[in-house]
Amino acid sequence: MDPSVLWEETVQPAASWSHVLKRGTVLRLVDMEGGANVGALLYNFECPVERYNMPDTLKAQHIARLTRGFVLYSDMGRILCSIVADTAGWHDPLGGCSNAAMVREQYGEGTYQQLRNDYYRNGHDSFLVELGKWGLGPRDLVPNVNFFSRVDVASDGAMTYHAGNSRGGDYVELRAEMNVLVVLNTCPHPLDPSGQYRPKPVLCSIRRSAPVTADDPCRLSRPENERGFMLTERYFL
Amino acid sequence: MSRGEPLYADVIPAGEPWIHEIARGQIFRIVDLYGNQAVDTLFYNAHDYADRFSAQDTIRAQRNLYLTKGTKLMSTGGNVLLTIVDDTCGRHDTLGGACANESNMVRYAIEKRHMHACRSSFLKAVTEWDHGMTKRDITCNINFFMNVPVTPEGKLTFEDGISEPGKYVEMRAEMDVLALISNCPQLNNPCNAYNPTPVQVLIWNP
Repeated sequence: MDPSVLWEETVQPAASWSHVLKRGTVLRLVDMEGGANVGALLYNFECPVERYNMPDTLKAQHIARLTRGFVLYSDMGRILCSIVADTAGWHDPLGGCSNAAMVREQYGEGTYQQLRNDYYRNGHDSFLVELGKWGLGPRDLVPNVNFFSRVDVASDGAMTYHAGNSRGGDYVELRAEMNVLVVLNTCPHPLDPSGQYRPKPVLCSIRRSAPVTADDPCRLSRPENERGFMLTERYFL
Repeated sequence: MSRGEPLYADVIPAGEPWIHEIARGQIFRIVDLYGNQAVDTLFYNAHDYADRFSAQDTIRAQRNLYLTKGTKLMSTGGNVLLTIVDDTCGRHDTLGGACANESNMVRYAIEKRHMHACRSSFLKAVTEWDHGMTKRDITCNINFFMNVPVTPEGKLTFEDGISEPGKYVEMRAEMDVLALISNCPQLNNPCNAYNPTPVQVLIWNP
């Protein structure tokens, strides 16, 4: 293990995980086998009604994909996390999460009684269970990010899952700019057309990060982000 | 299409919210009276506000980003809230969200904080509605009459409007719903030619 790593943990296939990622630390997500999906939601731990906002993230940066140099905005004009490293090149902010009915229709019945801990879990219910541990619930469920997955959009708006976006060993790093409640699960992407339920494991590893400098690439990637960082810094003054 | 005398008709001036229940089976029409006006809209299951419009579930269910005739507006609970049954505009957005004091500061300039914004209208409306709704219930909305295309390279663009005076979108409520609108006051964005204008809302019984 890299000596700068504070701790790390494998999130098993289709499992949930949550952690308060402290300002000044970095979470690295590693796609251990290739083809993983990490559905993720982010909240200001001190006031969770401030939360990741998909439209604000996309329109502030004129993007419909996430990769290194971009940031994840809250609905309050602040930056929850910056993407400081990425070897996959594309993470999906559009596709959302699966639900029980979709998983049953696509993969068939997969109960705990039959399959024990390999039972078929879905993104929606997994988010609600993990959110419930923090006193949060359905009213806190907002559009999520899908790390390691890619959805292509045609000129007519048609959305298609892009297979093979992430290979084994690919990783993405989220630097916390606030104290961020990270809630995630490794359920398959809802548009993954595979007929077999094959979720993948992901390694979560946390280390301290260097302070954000004036020439930080995430800060300089857009004039909007310079203002986003300024507003985030003011919150901690 | 012509539907005869409506049960309800009102005009929402720019910068004003509107909150109203629509019963299952009723037809709900929004008319872009002057063209290219952003109508920021949220829907809730009228019997369970925690079950509300979901942009991601809606676009994923139809595997297409743009809302138009035939689109089922899906809830977070996987239910169909309303179906778009007529659309003379042709395309509506659900990625661009609503303007807010804070996002205006990020997008335009710090000193834009004071400018009136949709999410303030949403908050005012749910507070006055007085049924326990708060900012937790303000989620990612529909922008009727707005054109926000995504490119194959993953860029989000804000294109000139494709709406015109008199264009309308019409929905059938598939369950009892609560509709929440902010008629957008945005003065910093060319999408409405920097000129927010009134829109009309109409409801017909089935």
